[in-house]
Amino acid sequence: MSKNVLVLGEAREGELRNVSFETIAAAKTISEGGTVTAVLLGDSVENLAQEMVQYGADRVVTVEHPHLKQYTSDAYSQAFMAVYEQEKPDAIVLGHTALGKDLSPKLASKLSSGLISDVTKIEGEGDAAEFIRPIYSGKAFEKVQSKGGLLFITIRPNNIEPLAKDESRSGDVSSLSVDITNLRSVIANVVRKSTEGVDLSEAKVIIAGGRGVKSEDGFKPLEELAHLLGGAVGASRGACDADYCDYSLQIGQTGKVVTPDLYIAVGISGAIQHMAGMSNSKVIVAINKDPEANIFKVADYGIVGDLFEVVPMMIEEVKKLKGSPAV
Amino acid sequence: MNIYALVKRTFDTEEKIVVKNGAIQEDGAEFIINPYDEYAVEEAIQVRDEHGGEVTVLSLGGEDAEKQLRTALAMGADKAVLINTEDDLDEMDEFSAAKIISEYLKDKDADLIIAGNVAIDGGSGQVGPRVAELLGINYVTTITDLKIDGTSATLVRDVEGDSETIETSLPLLVTAQQGLNEPRYPSLPGIMKAKKKPLEELELDDLDLDEEDVEAKTKTIDIFMPPEKAAGRVLEGDISDQVSELVNLLNKEAKVI
Ligand SMILES: Cc1cc2nc3c(=O)[nH]c(=O)nc-3n(C[C@H](O)[C@H](O)[C@H](O)COP(=O)(O)OP(=O)(O)OC[C@H]3O[C@@H](n4cnc5c(N)ncnc54)[C@H](O)[C@@H]3O)c2cc1C
Ligand SMILES: Cc1cc2nc3c(=O)[nH]c(=O)nc-3n(C[C@H](O)[C@H](O)[C@H](O)COP(=O)(O)OP(=O)(O)OC[C@H]3O[C@@H](n4cnc5c(N)ncnc54)[C@H](O)[C@@H]3O)c2cc1C
Repeated sequence: MSKNVLVLGEAREGELRNVSFETIAAAKTISEGGTVTAVLLGDSVENLAQEMVQYGADRVVTVEHPHLKQYTSDAYSQAFMAVYEQEKPDAIVLGHTALGKDLSPKLASKLSSGLISDVTKIEGEGDAAEFIRPIYSGKAFEKVQSKGGLLFITIRPNNIEPLAKDESRSGDVSSLSVDITNLRSVIANVVRKSTEGVDLSEAKVIIAGGRGVKSEDGFKPLEELAHLLGGAVGASRGACDADYCDYSLQIGQTGKVVTPDLYIAVGISGAIQHMAGMSNSKVIVAINKDPEANIFKVADYGIVGDLFEVVPMMIEEVKKLKGSPAV
Repeated sequence: MNIYALVKRTFDTEEKIVVKNGAIQEDGAEFIINPYDEYAVEEAIQVRDEHGGEVTVLSLGGEDAEKQLRTALAMGADKAVLINTEDDLDEMDEFSAAKIISEYLKDKDADLIIAGNVAIDGGSGQVGPRVAELLGINYVTTITDLKIDGTSATLVRDVEGDSETIETSLPLLVTAQQGLNEPRYPSLPGIMKAKKKPLEELELDDLDLDEEDVEAKTKTIDIFMPPEKAAGRVLEGDISDQVSELVNLLNKEAKVI
């Protein structure tokens, strides 16, 4: 049976995050020919609607309100529920981002529905769809099915391939006006630490440094390598706690969960809490002077050696590679 | 102040995990308080010590969870409640868990409920916000700081590395992020005292709940280990040769650069 699916587009600094397009792809798999409707919430989001359509959404519903400029669970749930009541979808897909993690359980609770969180893969289509998600800090996976009723999932960024962008697609864009009242939380202040450039959770290449990097300066070569490879720099908790870098770079259970094509762990021992955030990466490289380090257990390629020697050499090799004519 | 901390007994994921016939093998495994719930218990104790009141730790699970509750009592919590569903339920999901926990809490007039932001085994992060919604109270997730002044609360929330300062009021449910505090170890006198502290055990019946009321909305149909990765290749030879081999492999074999 075809299903109508609602997805939530998520913007950062006025631009849609990739995970928004991934929710559309997931919704298509679930919908089996039904309608995929994208919801955009914010103070000014109308201009983003077209891009959701180009990535496969059939329709877009926007809710614009000054209270939606910043995320709060009260404001966003009121706006989303208003769209839900209008659309009465069969399924909902959100990103498993900070926003999605905070909002989805509240919505599921309001809707008395199940919620399958942090899905990394969908097998089958429509009613037969089965959802795979990591459990036990990423050491195992479970396959979960809805027992009926509203199907509600969140997807881990960078795991479900978005559809190709098609600039010629068109779709209906409508707006809904919603009264937003009774906000219980006030955001008094936000300290943005997110670095400019590539969004870690969406980066295709991540060079991550650990306590082994030894200083703030020690991160410079990692930044250079990341820059050469068009990637981003990440870090372990160890490096953040030692003040070598900012907490916004932290990868792991308490930090960001990432799934890049290439993850290079430099001077990181490979604690379970770190691995929970990166073990799904497609190719993992470990550079560590300790051959017994845990990180080698998940690495596809490893170099046992001093990172202060290895990383500068890598920079030179990559420069050579990038400088050589394409083959 | 009437404070509750939600404590889940979890598999210690630092240990080896064995899956047999689509289930995690629990025999001989280590079980611990979910690490994020240790922050929750610690915070609850600190809030009580500053503002007075009582800390109750609450766990939903089987008989075995008594051990984790006793540990929380030894840390300094005042009372414990174990909702034992062992005899009633074979299947449960986040909906069921939140429904049962909130059913217990609904007439307790809690001022502050502290949960972990995520359980390291189930990993959904749903239970805290779901409970708050069912109780009709506000929640703030992944907090790294909490200050209470009368019925107002000021919190710092970790949002993918950014920090938001949030002002709100009690009653409130918060979920603990790493960095909130340093959980204390139970002291020896604490452990002795914990043995005598009240631990109430309840079943679904005591909460006027039927199995149907809490029937899971989702179903786990399989549990499996990640596909066995080919053993990683640790390169050999001169470091400079290793590095050029690595870059070459990433380019030609793995095709990721
Ligand atoms: C509840 C909880 C949540 C946590 N969440 C996270 C999380 O989200 N993310 C996270 O990362 N951690 C997390 N941790 C912390 C985690 O347990 C580890 O302490 C942390 O990951 C260690 O960081 P590290 O690997 O950089 O440091 P270390 O374990 O100290 O490792 C440093 C490594 O560098 C190597 N090294 C040193 N010098 C060199 C050199 N010159 N060349 C090459 N290699 C060198 C060493 O051999 C060593 O393997 C959490 C812990 C708890 C309790
Ligand atoms: C008898 C029984 C049968 C179960 N059967 C199944 C099954 O068939 N399939 C399946 O997938 N899962 C099963 N579970 C697991 C259960 O459904 C999940 O653990 C539960 O839904 C919580 O989800 P989570 O682990 O993702 O916790 P999260 O939502 O990540 O936990 C966040 C926080 O909520 C609080 N919390 C969560 N769970 C509890 C708890 N039990 N007690 C106190 N506080 C808690 C803690 O503070 C925790 O830090 C079963 C559990 C029990 C006890």
